[in-house]
Amino acid sequence: MAELSYREAVYRALAQEMERDERVVFLGEDVAKAGGVFKATSGLLDRFGPGRVIDTPISEQAILGALMGAAMTGLRPVAEIMYSDFFGVCWDIVANQMAKTRYMTNGQVTIPVVIRSGNGGGLRFGAQHSQSIENWAMAVPGLKVALPSTPHDLIGLFAAAVRDDDPVIFLESKSLYATKDEVADGEIVESLGRARLVRSGTDVTIVTIGAMVHRSREAADRLAQEFGIDCAVIDLRTLVPLDIGTVLASVGETSRLFTVEENPQLCGWGAEVVSIVSDEGFYTLDGPPVRITTPHIPLPAAAELEDQVIPSVDRIVEVIMKRVG
Amino acid sequence: MAQVMFDPSLQQDVRLRLFERMVILRRFEKRVYDLFLEGFVKGTSHLSIGQEAIAAGFGEAMQASDWTFATYRGHAHTLSRGVEMAPVMAELMGRVGGLMGGKGGSMHLTSVDHGMMGSYAIVGAHLPIAVGAALSAKYRKSNQVAVCFFGDGTTNIGAFHEALNFAAVYDLPVVFVCENNLYMEYTSIHDVTAVEHPAADRAASYGLERIIVDGNDVSEMYRVAQERLQWARAGQGPSLIEAMTYRHNGHSRADPGKYRPDTEVAAWMQRDPIPAYRRRLELEGVAVALLDEIEERVAVAVDEATEVAKASPPPPADLAWRDVWSDGGWQWRS
Repeated sequence: MAELSYREAVYRALAQEMERDERVVFLGEDVAKAGGVFKATSGLLDRFGPGRVIDTPISEQAILGALMGAAMTGLRPVAEIMYSDFFGVCWDIVANQMAKTRYMTNGQVTIPVVIRSGNGGGLRFGAQHSQSIENWAMAVPGLKVALPSTPHDLIGLFAAAVRDDDPVIFLESKSLYATKDEVADGEIVESLGRARLVRSGTDVTIVTIGAMVHRSREAADRLAQEFGIDCAVIDLRTLVPLDIGTVLASVGETSRLFTVEENPQLCGWGAEVVSIVSDEGFYTLDGPPVRITTPHIPLPAAAELEDQVIPSVDRIVEVIMKRVG
Repeated sequence: MAQVMFDPSLQQDVRLRLFERMVILRRFEKRVYDLFLEGFVKGTSHLSIGQEAIAAGFGEAMQASDWTFATYRGHAHTLSRGVEMAPVMAELMGRVGGLMGGKGGSMHLTSVDHGMMGSYAIVGAHLPIAVGAALSAKYRKSNQVAVCFFGDGTTNIGAFHEALNFAAVYDLPVVFVCENNLYMEYTSIHDVTAVEHPAADRAASYGLERIIVDGNDVSEMYRVAQERLQWARAGQGPSLIEAMTYRHNGHSRADPGKYRPDTEVAAWMQRDPIPAYRRRLELEGVAVALLDEIEERVAVAVDEATEVAKASPPPPADLAWRDVWSDGGWQWRS
């Protein structure tokens, strides 16, 4: 057991999989000599050499295209797209090529790639370096989508993603890089498509993912202490596959559903969760499902503005209290 | 460019195979055109009639373990890797006997067993993908080469430039082949490109040789293909070839190609690669009967493939739900 930051977990996750499997190579902008813009990959170049840890030009299409071609021909490559906003310049490779080629070729091609990317706001970077793009990825058939919320899950979900034969969009919450948690020694492997019950509760089910997991848990603690509202908190961990069974089971016990989402409101993943629960769990509900999201706006840079729009502990407490209390 | 180059060093069997490859591609595409008019081929199709020498030359020069990455104009490149005609025909007709069971269609022909790693329908996308295959070959020291075919229009999209630079930086074994048929789709490439030769004039930007070849001369294509494949295998890095050619038909089945001047079309029809090569072989002393026999054999094979494809039923409904994921299924919830 050791205390590890979310940032240090990135190194450990990559090292664990690269040590285990020679087919795993890692490429991205500034990732090798400079150790990454978030310094999450420092030391990998020294350990695994320039053949496996590769600095690329600022060419996101080339990076992800190369990732796909390498995966089709026997490697299990990992790329870093520095900020998830940059998927905007290489979305063709992701959405048209990686996601569809297996299907179009009737299963002839397997594309075991992982694309790591810094996702989400909270660092005052403004509208083009702060987006939560999980709902972009979730909307494309053929992509799996993982968002680890802890150092343990970062390692375990990354290992599962590398060992999975499908393309995985692996979104690391930038605002969590400095956060720390206890992590067990030895190999860590989790499963894609298995949610984690962060906190059990009997009155309300909060479904969330990524950086919002911590805010939801803090809000749940306050709701219990200050208002006697006992909230279960579920970290979905992956959006595709979606562990809706865990959500339905919890709502079956609490009869109330809230989602806490960092992405802008329209077509956020919570809408899909609410839709399924409304369809399949309607008679277990005692009230309307409620979504707590960033409003449908680009993210502003100034601290006072950004803090106002991304769901905060205060807002989560307030909304749930008003609806349930 | 249209000079006749006798190449006595080329074995007769190679010359006959080059001829036969081109005849296969031509007769297959002509049949596809007819089947489209008859309603058997649906959707769209982009024919390579007039451009066969490029696919034939490379197909003959490549090793079985090499990879082809092609565009939506990919029938010829698929066949030139040795894929049988019947499954290609069936794929175009949306039948279960198709190369991909009818799930891909004309623009996505793929046969991994033949090194045909896909036909890509978004312009430019497959250049970086071919680069990745080359990266993999270099990493695994497998001695394989990725060959990536694309049109002149591709040279103006960002992925072209990203892929060229990336391949050059890491000295990757990839051969980029620009089939310059003078029109991006309906617009002259000359009207929308800052340089005269859309690929070759950009080669220097990536430290590559400026290579322009007569894409209608199959023996020249074969020679250049051999040379650049060897170059890649020797670890010398990528090559960029611009092969000058012309499509006899429009861009796709819906395009009569009326934007091209009649005189230009007529001039290029005179340079049709197949009669030209046949004349050359005859001059070199190849028996007319031998060439006729090839033509007849291919004609029969196209007829047979057509019948096999027509006899293949439509795909079963459940095929639509298969192979979204590597487990063979489509489920997204757990």
